[in-house]
Amino acid sequence: MTQQTVAERTWARYTPQQRWKRFLTMLVVAAAVVWAVESIDIIWPWVWDAPAQVGDLFGRMVPPDVSNLRAILWALVETLNIATIATFVAIFLSLPIAYIAAQNTTPNRFTLWLGRFILVSSRSVNTLIWALLFVAIFGPGVLAGIIAIMFRSIGFLGKLLGEAIEEIDRRPVEALEATGASRAKVVLYAIVPQVMPTFFAVGILRWDINLRESTVLGLVGAGGIGVILQGAIDTLAWQTVATILLAIIALVILGEALAAWLRKKVI
Amino acid sequence: MLRIQNLIKRYGHGEPVLRGLDLDVPGESVVSIIGASGAGKSTLLRCINRLVEPTEGSIELNGLELTHLKREELRKARRRIGMIFQGFNLVDRLTVMENVQCGRLGYIPYWRAALRKYPAEDIERAYHLMERVGIAHYANKRADALSGGERQRVGVVRALMQQPEILLADEPTASLDPVSSRQIMELLQTLSQELSLPVLINIHNVAEAREYTQRIVGMRFGKLIFDGVPADLDQEAMDAVYSGTPGEARQQAESGPAHSPAVVS
Repeated sequence: MTQQTVAERTWARYTPQQRWKRFLTMLVVAAAVVWAVESIDIIWPWVWDAPAQVGDLFGRMVPPDVSNLRAILWALVETLNIATIATFVAIFLSLPIAYIAAQNTTPNRFTLWLGRFILVSSRSVNTLIWALLFVAIFGPGVLAGIIAIMFRSIGFLGKLLGEAIEEIDRRPVEALEATGASRAKVVLYAIVPQVMPTFFAVGILRWDINLRESTVLGLVGAGGIGVILQGAIDTLAWQTVATILLAIIALVILGEALAAWLRKKVI
Repeated sequence: MLRIQNLIKRYGHGEPVLRGLDLDVPGESVVSIIGASGAGKSTLLRCINRLVEPTEGSIELNGLELTHLKREELRKARRRIGMIFQGFNLVDRLTVMENVQCGRLGYIPYWRAALRKYPAEDIERAYHLMERVGIAHYANKRADALSGGERQRVGVVRALMQQPEILLADEPTASLDPVSSRQIMELLQTLSQELSLPVLINIHNVAEAREYTQRIVGMRFGKLIFDGVPADLDQEAMDAVYSGTPGEARQQAESGPAHSPAVVS
């Protein structure tokens, strides 16, 4: 029985060509990172200084100043209301858009294209940028904030609801069409019940996100607690800033807990 | 009376699925349609209520030509045709009563449907029919909480709520266990007599077809090649209907539900 020598069998995970490709890819990635680091202008002494600055800032923030608590709590309520109103209105506005943006319910190609265009344009602009725009249109205040959050939410809600509509079971739809029900009634009885769980889950999720987004709206003058925060930072009232930050954290945690509880309830 | 003449259905530019099919269903008879998978049974039923658009031919229900109806007329005509599905096709998240009332959607105004304010006589009729098939105590349960046999009863009641002039059943027992399967077939048979309703049943289980129907129609490659009483369906006729299909599938179709639920599709 003859045995082949070890040297006659060779095996390599990659061919030479593959190896070169992998090497080149890694080279390109490394070059991109080096270029990125080179091109941004970091002032290194400020970075080395950071721990001392953190200690200093912390010292100025403690103890938090609660003398303005009434005003801060009121701003929190305003923030909450911005998020709630905007989410509520956005849900209703997103329903028809989801309907025309879903392939299986849209009346024709044009409406499908229109629906998707609305969703993409809403989603590609950040809430803060919408807010800047609406502050310019409506002036600073709560209204600009509400509309900004609404505009951003429509894209989010419409996209997810549209996907839920596309994933429904076709068979009940067919059955109801066979009974001679009109299109509107088929939607009401065969499609709405199927997307209801997603509808609630997505609505609650968006409310949760909107609560967090509405805390920063004030930075561009669109109402909510951000207005007071900006004012406190501008006047270097660090102890007040500390109270506001703690209040925001408390609100967001409470909101998150409420959202989690609601999700459990509806699903 | 249902009269189908020279029915042709072609999907796209492919080979026709139905090739000039003629079928008369007079009065209150229960007719089984048997045939191998792909023979065109489902397409035939769906052409009748135009869930599938027929390519050519004529379908007449009690004097009304169905093939040329426009949208609104078609909607009105569909109210007169009840359909029962293999997968039941209920709305899972709605209650049994809501599912049953779906059969009335073509008749009641939109606000009644939206608010679930069904007319009193519809509710009365629903309870009457649900009691008849033994599901009245489930009225407030969600449809997905029921077993297969119970769900198919909901499907049957939904179709009957339409006060149809004909009942189309597309493999109504293929998703059911043998016992439920026989119960549903028995139900369709007796309901047909009670309500003097013609019933057209696509079925894979030839034993059940023989037992519960007065007339059997055999389809093969889009044409009727057998039409007679169960006694006429001898071995030769069975061969003609099923020849060319795997022997196993045929054996399963022949043997009674005691051995297998005969899911051949």
